[in-house]
Amino acid sequence: MDLVIIGGGPAGMSAAIAAYESGIRDMVILERDESLGGILQQCIHNGFGLHKFGEELTGPEYAWRYEKKVRELNIPVKLGTMVLDITEDKVITATNPEDGIFTIEAKAIILAMGCRERSKGALNIAGSRPAGIYSAGTAQKYVNMKGYMPGKNVVILGSGDIGLIMARRMTLEGAKVHAVCELMPYSGGLARNIEQCLNDFGIPLKLSHTVVEIHGKERVTGVTIAKVDENRKPILETKEYIPCDTLLLSVGLIPENELSKSAGISLSTITSGADVDQDRQTSIPGIFACGNVLHVHDLVDFVSEEAEIAGKSAALYIQNGKENTCSIALETDGKIRYTVPQRITENKDVKVYFRVADVFKNVKINVYSGENVVFSKRKQKVAPGEMESILLKKEMLEGAEKLTFKLEEA
Amino acid sequence: MYDVAVIGAGVTGAMIARGLAKYDAKVCILEKANDVATGATRANSAIVHAGFDAKEGSLKAKLNVEGSKMMKKVTDELGVKYKNNGSLVIGFNDEDRKTIEELKKRGDANGVEGLRVIDAAELRELEPNISENATCALYAPTGAIVCPYDLTIAAVGNAMDNGVELKLNFKVTGIEKDGSDYVIKSENEQIKAHYVINAAGLFADDIAKMVGDDSFSINPRRGEYILLDKECGGLVSHTIFRTPSKMGKGILVSPTVDGNLLTGPTSVDIADKEDNTTTSEGFAHIIKEASENLKAVPFGKTITSFCGLRATGSTGDFIINSPKAGFINAAGIESPGLSASPAIAEYVIGLLKEQGFNAAQKDSFNPVRRSAHYFKDASVEEKNEIIKKNPAFGRIVCRCEIVTEGEILEAIHTNPKATDLDGVKRRTRSGMGRCQSGFCSPYIVEILSRELGIPYECVTKSGGESYINVGKTKEAE
Ligand SMILES: Cc1cc2nc3c(=O)[nH]c(=O)nc-3n(C[C@H](O)[C@H](O)[C@H](O)COP(=O)(O)OP(=O)(O)OC[C@H]3O[C@@H](n4cnc5c(N)ncnc54)[C@H](O)[C@@H]3O)c2cc1C
Repeated sequence: MDLVIIGGGPAGMSAAIAAYESGIRDMVILERDESLGGILQQCIHNGFGLHKFGEELTGPEYAWRYEKKVRELNIPVKLGTMVLDITEDKVITATNPEDGIFTIEAKAIILAMGCRERSKGALNIAGSRPAGIYSAGTAQKYVNMKGYMPGKNVVILGSGDIGLIMARRMTLEGAKVHAVCELMPYSGGLARNIEQCLNDFGIPLKLSHTVVEIHGKERVTGVTIAKVDENRKPILETKEYIPCDTLLLSVGLIPENELSKSAGISLSTITSGADVDQDRQTSIPGIFACGNVLHVHDLVDFVSEEAEIAGKSAALYIQNGKENTCSIALETDGKIRYTVPQRITENKDVKVYFRVADVFKNVKINVYSGENVVFSKRKQKVAPGEMESILLKKEMLEGAEKLTFKLEEA
Repeated sequence: MYDVAVIGAGVTGAMIARGLAKYDAKVCILEKANDVATGATRANSAIVHAGFDAKEGSLKAKLNVEGSKMMKKVTDELGVKYKNNGSLVIGFNDEDRKTIEELKKRGDANGVEGLRVIDAAELRELEPNISENATCALYAPTGAIVCPYDLTIAAVGNAMDNGVELKLNFKVTGIEKDGSDYVIKSENEQIKAHYVINAAGLFADDIAKMVGDDSFSINPRRGEYILLDKECGGLVSHTIFRTPSKMGKGILVSPTVDGNLLTGPTSVDIADKEDNTTTSEGFAHIIKEASENLKAVPFGKTITSFCGLRATGSTGDFIINSPKAGFINAAGIESPGLSASPAIAEYVIGLLKEQGFNAAQKDSFNPVRRSAHYFKDASVEEKNEIIKKNPAFGRIVCRCEIVTEGEILEAIHTNPKATDLDGVKRRTRSGMGRCQSGFCSPYIVEILSRELGIPYECVTKSGGESYINVGKTKEAE
């Protein structure tokens, strides 16, 4: 088969459509869920599509635009199908109730498996392990997909976007959200979500706070929170007990790259996603990655954009093979945490996405080729919660071996 | 009317019940929790100790060495994961070396086979990731690992398949004598049995008091653990102990039979028998000592932490005796209780016979139980045969541990049946992976609700009031 797309969320669907439009027909989307749309299916709030369609859609509406297209184009989809393994030689093993365990040999693969939420386990919170502790996305699934309330009195740890959205959602459903505690001195969520999901409902955002203990034998009965110092260590004198029956966690998303690892794809230690070139090709030629499996996006519009690049490039790879015309490594200074892509292998205009490591005000984004600044842009404010991007023109790449992205005082 | 009632469905009660299933006798297990294997058996180091720790001549030493020799056969019959990975007690200095040599002497006296003191070079060959500071080790080739709740669930299941009854949510609150029989009461039920076996773990002293035996007490001692992702399971292949000191046995590092890396336990005496909470001091202690044992331990890959409570008996040894006619204690079963469990069962049944139990062995007893992991262990061709017959085996519910709906259905319908989320988890590993049930729990709640015929919001994590959901949303109402 020419092309296998793993994952039928917004990334997988956009990539499939782009590949189709570039002439690929012998292809399939493998999706483990019983329907397309990925995580968007449970994001019933507004705010999707502003960049892409110029209007505010809900998650399911945004997904539907792509699903409709996939259907119109008759792109084959296998639902309820879980990919178990992929190899370096692009052999895919998957299972579903109809076909059993089967393999596909593909000329190209697009990885679009999305991400998962960091779990409580990773945090080593002291105390008991009762019912009533959920990641925000799991709670979202119970509320929006199943129609059940996981709790009535809620504390949220972490101010990731799903946590913020769930603070509002649970409040609208009649629950009391007592506080959102964020370990860092700033929120990892979008500014607009803090405004619309917390401030509008009078939910306190406690920055530099964490949960130090969970109480309750069968069901959560409360949590102890505390302020943290600059080293993020709890200050015990500030301990405060909040009675509640639910603790939601929104403490970060991790790209799901177990399959990529089994194929031997090299991963970035910073993004936990594959290391890619401007075409979103991974370290294995013919395997591409896009969407949240590559790096965690805050806006789906950028996922679609990235997936189109991967889809087109995969088509090109299948049709002509892909040739590298240069080899430029993109590096960062630490204040900028990472870039995607991490390398450029072809002389053409390249849009580079990046995230910063902290909140910075009045800065310049400078791109250096050796001693020379080839690109510079001023920003009033940058924050870890908001992804940034710049366009590197073809001319700027001329003769470069390495481009260093730096955040410098304006 | 039962011939024998076993109180407690931890590994001790489970192995005793399975032993009794060989006899033509009416046997029941009484367990206060919503499932088997929820006490000390749920949270421990999962090690089949070689047997060099316990003092020569103690019951602990005798039953540990015997039990560890029986474990392979038992786990084969029950289809339970077991691995003879060997263990190492590592030393950092001359004093440690002395202790290690003493341990070897003690082990030899206890009848442990193959013990050897090895030097740094051999140690490094066996375990390349061991700390640079380790200078010697006691190598115990008979050391092994096993999954304690897998063993217990399988033993109870096998006992039930051979006629033993299991009564869950039966908390024994009183025992009375009625002629030569015992009347065993819970809050809303009572049963009669001719013999009673007390395998109530932490609460064995309370049960013993119910028949007037106050010769011992059981004190809880906390043991906390940190469990790391399967990515780290290959860091060591043996179980790595530190040399015991005045401060205790210290923090061990071991692979688990499921391929994770386990570190712990702490050791702190506490007052409350139900306080299985973890502490930040405990975490700090584990991280410090485990990091001394190896070159590095990637605690960033932690997937969960938990706490088990040791049932420390006041006598220092296992308390296995018959204080009253027809009543037998299997109490104070702290470490190496898991390792010793097959031998404890035989020993207890011996005492029971001394008390007059004289049922004949039955021919129909089948010691073999189909492994709960048969689907996972099958070849692709076999799996496809199974999926063709039952498509639920083609549907993956837990993506981290690759658990199918078919396996979950079997967990709910095979003895001893899972009735809550944790029960399904212990039987199938669903939710034990890196996402810790974030993705699969809404589906498993749905399957439980459907299969048990109970409303969605009535599904619990572990029985009692541990509800997952508290009601419907406004829209759904
Ligand atoms: C931290 C720690 C580490 C350990 N490591 C190891 C190891 O590596 N190797 C090893 O061999 N051993 C180890 N052990 C010891 C081993 O775990 C125990 O010896 C073993 O699990 C004890 O099993 P049990 O059935 O006696 O007790 P439990 O598993 O506690 O079972 C007792 C059961 O009795 C039930 N019960 C109590 N009261 C009542 C009542 N009134 N009515 C009805 N039911 C009741 C409880 O609910 C429970 O299910 C460790 C223990 C701990 C805590």
